[in-house]
Amino acid sequence: MLKCPIDKMDDVFEEIAKIAKLYLPVDIGESIVYKPWEKGDVWSDAVNTSLSPKELFFPQTENLMEFKTEGKSIEVIDTRRENGPFVVFGVRACDVKSIEVLDRVFLAEPVDSYYAKRREEGIIISTACTRPAETCFCTTFDVSPQEPSGDISSWKTDEEVFFKANTEKGENFLKKITSYIVECDEDRVREQKEKILKIMDKLPLKNLKADAFGGGKTDEFFCHPAWDELSGSCLGCGACTFVCPTCQCYDIKDFNTGSGIIRFRCWDSCMYSDFTKMAHGNNRHTQKERFRQRFMHKLVYYPENNEGIFGCVGCGRCIAKCPVSMNIVKVMKKIGGK
Amino acid sequence: MQKITKSQLVDKAVSLLADGTVSAVLGWSMGEFSYDVTPRIFTTEDDIRKSFVFNDFCGANLSKYLVSKTDGIEGKLLVFLKPCDTYSFNQLLTEHRFNRENVYAVGIPCSGMVDISRLKAVSGDGITKIHEEEENLLVTTIYEDNPITVPAKDVLLERCDNCKSKKHVAFDELLGDSGEVIESARFDQVAEIEAMTPDERFAFWQSQLSRCIRCNACRDVCPACTCEKCVFDNPLSGAENKSPANNFEEQMFHIIRAYHVAGRCTDCGECSRVCPEKIPLHLLNRKFIKDINEFYGEYQAGAEVGARAPLVDYTVDDPEPCDVLDRRDTDA
Repeated sequence: MLKCPIDKMDDVFEEIAKIAKLYLPVDIGESIVYKPWEKGDVWSDAVNTSLSPKELFFPQTENLMEFKTEGKSIEVIDTRRENGPFVVFGVRACDVKSIEVLDRVFLAEPVDSYYAKRREEGIIISTACTRPAETCFCTTFDVSPQEPSGDISSWKTDEEVFFKANTEKGENFLKKITSYIVECDEDRVREQKEKILKIMDKLPLKNLKADAFGGGKTDEFFCHPAWDELSGSCLGCGACTFVCPTCQCYDIKDFNTGSGIIRFRCWDSCMYSDFTKMAHGNNRHTQKERFRQRFMHKLVYYPENNEGIFGCVGCGRCIAKCPVSMNIVKVMKKIGGK
Repeated sequence: MQKITKSQLVDKAVSLLADGTVSAVLGWSMGEFSYDVTPRIFTTEDDIRKSFVFNDFCGANLSKYLVSKTDGIEGKLLVFLKPCDTYSFNQLLTEHRFNRENVYAVGIPCSGMVDISRLKAVSGDGITKIHEEEENLLVTTIYEDNPITVPAKDVLLERCDNCKSKKHVAFDELLGDSGEVIESARFDQVAEIEAMTPDERFAFWQSQLSRCIRCNACRDVCPACTCEKCVFDNPLSGAENKSPANNFEEQMFHIIRAYHVAGRCTDCGECSRVCPEKIPLHLLNRKFIKDINEFYGEYQAGAEVGARAPLVDYTVDDPEPCDVLDRRDTDA
């Protein structure tokens, strides 16, 4: 275990920024964003950033390639740029887990080389949650807010920040950050972990269970009568999908620049009427079908294909951001009976 | 604290359902916490008694749901409308978006609705209970031993801080009192933005709109946005765009949307209420309302059904295009 005095963190950030691009959660107006670090930025204490760190590994919009035609020849241009190493600092346990959920999609064969490159270059430094919100329900999905994973874990107290490397990549990185970081025992961290567990025990959603769901439950839930009522409130916007750290669907489109074509991909939402639209039209005609897809994906289809791991990490962003306060907790309670 | 209680609304809903006046009820449903209220349809007395809620967090404007929920309905749908919701109701009727005969509208008074983000800025996270007591909210959190007292008037939604009317402009029946149109300060911030230099104004909007994530929540909640197929969702329109390629594109989306609802926007404020990035989108719409008022005389969309809006009407007194241009030159 290593530690650094809290008032020296700005120096540590400066040191990190010299070796890698550093993204730090910062309050900007009413948004909390992972911002490229600049001197003077203040590390936010917010439990959730507005958008999850998903965007740093899987950007909302990304050019895949460009085509240029001249006469009868066509040139294909690789638009990927060298980004170099980067560090995402202060990632919460739920969001680290969400990256693992994304890994199972993008790093499975055929590997998504755009995503894989960023995963290779990125170092995740997680931070334990000292002030969970009422919307938090990460423990439902076996996330430990007191023991976040990632390449390096950190614990922030009023006086110090503690660090522990979890991976070889993390260990090598910590060795490079030399000033102000010293060896220490684990007493303060142990204290904080106990404190976090006590807070978790007071949270209103602590008893939410996902046991009723999982792989092989398609028939049980697909025709549940409650989908009508639940989806009846849904506006069909994409707020839940875009703030969700695990939603990973995208669309690929060609943009005609006049002198060529840019092929890009962008986040898509299963809540949208033109999602996965094909030549014959859309296979989900009503909002009920689109709404059901989103929750069945997280609670049944994803675990079915991924050894029982759920496609939700309980970060609570959808609870806070849905315009009509319809969310996965309400769905689980209504159709899962708990 | 609202002037009307949940039980008054529940009794009204149950009795109208029982005597056959209506076949279903459109209202607000209780959530996990006090503040996460969801609009939905109720069809049984049991369901209403169990889940119906009316509190300081019922900001959601139910009018737009009438477009889809009255489609193919047998009998009438009961809807509860706060004063500002009645303007959207009338505007939708003006645009023939639902059938008036299928709706039984009950007007209810409103003392202003609370913005949960503003409340949390005072109380902090970890809310387990919000008790409404007279003019105050008593907020219990897991981090404080005693409830935190927050005056409701300090944490209202922006649109309620600048409430434009306590008057119900449409209803079949009123529960409680209706009030009057209010002289509000709702155009003050628009005037401040107008007073900026073009560069300052550009910087202001860029800092706001660059946060847009194109989730379309503003559009999908907007009672003036009821196109069967939005141009931005139609792959054949040539204008479809799902992603913000850059800041400029985000600005185009919001500016085009503001143009499209100009003269029809009632200033219900739902766009800003639901924005996950807290972008003050209502300011774009208010700029149009303010301009329309200045060019054509005071006009409030939705004040009456069937009104000829200035932008789709002609009178000999209409300003000439050169007047508009002159104003632009002196403005900038």
